[in-house]
Amino acid sequence: MDKKNRGPLCHIVKRPAIPWYQAWGIRLAALILALLFCAVVTMVLTGDNPISIYLTIYEGSFATPRRFWVLMQNLAILLCISLAMAPAFRMRFWNIGGEGQVMIGCLVCAAEMIYLGGDIPNAVLIILMIVSSLAAGAVWGMIPAFFKAKWNTNETLFTLMMNYVATQLVAFFIIIWESPKGSGKVGIINQKSMAGWLPTIADNKYLLNVLIVSVLTVVIFIYMKYSKHGYELAVVGESERTARYVGIKVGNVIVRTMALSGAICGLAGFLLVAGTDHTITTTLSGGRGFTAVMVAWMAKFNPLGMIFTSFLLVFLGKGAGEISTNFGLNQSFSDILSGIIIFFLIGCEFFISYRLVFRKGEK
Amino acid sequence: MNNKEPAVKLRGITKTFGPVVANHNVSLDICRGEIIALLGENGSGKTTLMNMLSGIYFPDEGQIFIDGREVVIRSPKDANALGIGMIHQHFKLVDVLTATENIILGLKGHGRLDLKAASARIREICSMYGFDLDPDQKIYDMSVSQKQTVEIIKVLYRNADILILDEPTAVLTPQETDKLFAVLRNMRDDGKAIIIITHKLNEVLEISDRVDVLRHGEFIGSLITSETNTQEMTDMMVGHSVSLNIDRPDPVNPQPKVEVRGLSVRSEDGLQKLKDVSFDIRSGEILGIAGISGCGQKELLEAIAGLQPIEEGSISYITSDGKKVSLVGLDPQEILKLGVALSFVPEDRLGMGLVANMDLTDNMMLRSFRRGKSIFTDRVFPKKLAGDVVKELSVNTPGLSTPVRRLSGGNVQKVLVGREIANAPSVLLTAYAVRGLDINSSYTIYDLLNEQKKKGVGVVYVGEDLDVLLELADRILVLCGGRVSGIVNGRSVTKQEVGLLMTSLGGEDNNG
Repeated sequence: MDKKNRGPLCHIVKRPAIPWYQAWGIRLAALILALLFCAVVTMVLTGDNPISIYLTIYEGSFATPRRFWVLMQNLAILLCISLAMAPAFRMRFWNIGGEGQVMIGCLVCAAEMIYLGGDIPNAVLIILMIVSSLAAGAVWGMIPAFFKAKWNTNETLFTLMMNYVATQLVAFFIIIWESPKGSGKVGIINQKSMAGWLPTIADNKYLLNVLIVSVLTVVIFIYMKYSKHGYELAVVGESERTARYVGIKVGNVIVRTMALSGAICGLAGFLLVAGTDHTITTTLSGGRGFTAVMVAWMAKFNPLGMIFTSFLLVFLGKGAGEISTNFGLNQSFSDILSGIIIFFLIGCEFFISYRLVFRKGEK
Repeated sequence: MNNKEPAVKLRGITKTFGPVVANHNVSLDICRGEIIALLGENGSGKTTLMNMLSGIYFPDEGQIFIDGREVVIRSPKDANALGIGMIHQHFKLVDVLTATENIILGLKGHGRLDLKAASARIREICSMYGFDLDPDQKIYDMSVSQKQTVEIIKVLYRNADILILDEPTAVLTPQETDKLFAVLRNMRDDGKAIIIITHKLNEVLEISDRVDVLRHGEFIGSLITSETNTQEMTDMMVGHSVSLNIDRPDPVNPQPKVEVRGLSVRSEDGLQKLKDVSFDIRSGEILGIAGISGCGQKELLEAIAGLQPIEEGSISYITSDGKKVSLVGLDPQEILKLGVALSFVPEDRLGMGLVANMDLTDNMMLRSFRRGKSIFTDRVFPKKLAGDVVKELSVNTPGLSTPVRRLSGGNVQKVLVGREIANAPSVLLTAYAVRGLDINSSYTIYDLLNEQKKKGVGVVYVGEDLDVLLELADRILVLCGGRVSGIVNGRSVTKQEVGLLMTSLGGEDNNG
């Protein structure tokens, strides 16, 4: 064959289904490659020793019990929001409004702590707070779902816009509730009476959140895998036409599932305000409504897999903060490292489904 | 003509998709001035092989020679430069443009765009081979066969002299097919090499000079058409001897089960899809529905199954004690609640009848998952059902937890039909039940339908192969442009008569 007349250098071939251990092998290889690549980038850009940087990342999460519990708390909240995403995404309803659904839950929760704190028994208050923050999140999720079901509006844009509405509402009420006046902050709510604060277990203010989210993970896993609702929403996600064909009322399923998704976000808002922070700011959710999208995708919407993916993202985030203080590096540098690692991990999924075949040498 | 250097020589072509070997070590020759039929069952790798010749896929192994010179075809552009043109089964035309505009689309011209010169050349090509086409007509105004003509001229306009047609007759009426074949013969006599991909044996006999047979992706052999017959070709295609007769037991005591009167349906964008359609579905009988594709067959079945809003008319189910139940405005779930056992095998198996990404058990569950009061699904019953269907219909699957998209077309259809029959229906609607199936699976499906018929089920069979309809159906309802153009006796009618009814509203008065 003359030189001009060659086949393409490589082409893509679909793989047969590969066993799980091989798939995880590929993922592990991707992680190792990512760490090596990060090491090179670190040395070239900063001249620091990559090993010590990695050690620092580890210390960021595990050096002290306090750090460990902060890690667990962040993990719990992120996982909780990701769990909310799972049923919606399985239904192919691209809910990127987790942020807004969490914020509206926070808002309602804070409002009740401020206006009802001390006026009614604490247990009643907490129950009321749970119910109303769940309901608020559910409503926030149902609005775009209703429009989608009725007029087939684009849920991605709709849920995104709802985020801004929720954040602005929070900003508005912060000005009304600010304390002390003029500070532009709400401050700790009911600092003395602790009305509406979730009780602590074994003097650990994070443990209850972690337990609640653990139970929720199992519940959502069972809901999606074994319940009739879970089956229906999977059918709707795979093919609306099939769903109609067997008489599933698609609109109802969309609204119902988004109510659930929003309600779980509302719960996350409740855990943040009543469980740990006892205040409200516009950044309380801190972009986790969006990070949750990534967590859910990386775990392919499997609630148990999300434990690992949310751990990975929180762990990297903590480590990133740690190296920026320890090495005097800009916070952005650690974001670069997280970015590289996530890029490799998502990219390796391609190699699980496909392989490249390179042109063979002259025969 | 066979001692010339072949226009196309394929040597040892292999192509795999994941675990599926689409072609294995295929070698074949195609000469100029010859019409080759590439014969094989669905899934035997005909289209894949030709896609490699036209630059859509790249072979994993093997060599391609054009006029004796080894070539590498990396893209449709390369194929084009070598004079290879493929007419795909699904047309790739822009609806709002004219024939001329579609034909020159994508060609690099010099200077200004000269549509007049292009039309002139198109007219020249038309008169040369006997095509009937107005170059200035818009595509949306065209019939299916006219669109196909545009596709063929598009290839000829690019100076192709090796033409590949992928199942060109699938969408044509018998009359249109004759016209197409006349044109193909003209092109052959002009010295072009023509390959037609098909699995219809009578067409192979009619048009081709030589037949190349593929089976399971491998080249089985080449036959001179004039020296062979249908039975020999079938045996080569299937790999063992098959009987080609379809059973047609006489209906026993047919009683009306579903009564459709004056049914009119509009599509979502307001197009009239069905107009004043009236007929009965009777128990113990197979009612065939014939028509050019897109004549309202889909809407008709979906309207009965409760999936299509109705503009006018009535659909009633007649219970065993003679009571009429109106099905208008009910969804499938409500129809089931009324105790109407209506099963529906839709045209779009994986997009409507089944969920492609779910496994066999979960797909069996689609009809039954609501049973019981528990909030959890019962997987024991569907699992057993899946096992039974796999065993009784000999579905070829690695296991019950394999996603149905991994199964071949025939096995997918068996799963779907198996599930629908498991409901013990009194009416069974099927749309294109054997489309894409190999011969053995097709006969399994015919047998299953006949079995249901013997049980007294009213079976509706929407088909595209007239030969099969004429052998299988007791009565045939012919649709033309959404109207009933005739209901004829399947035992006495001829193919030509049905063909005529498909294209013109001839027999309104035969109605009944």
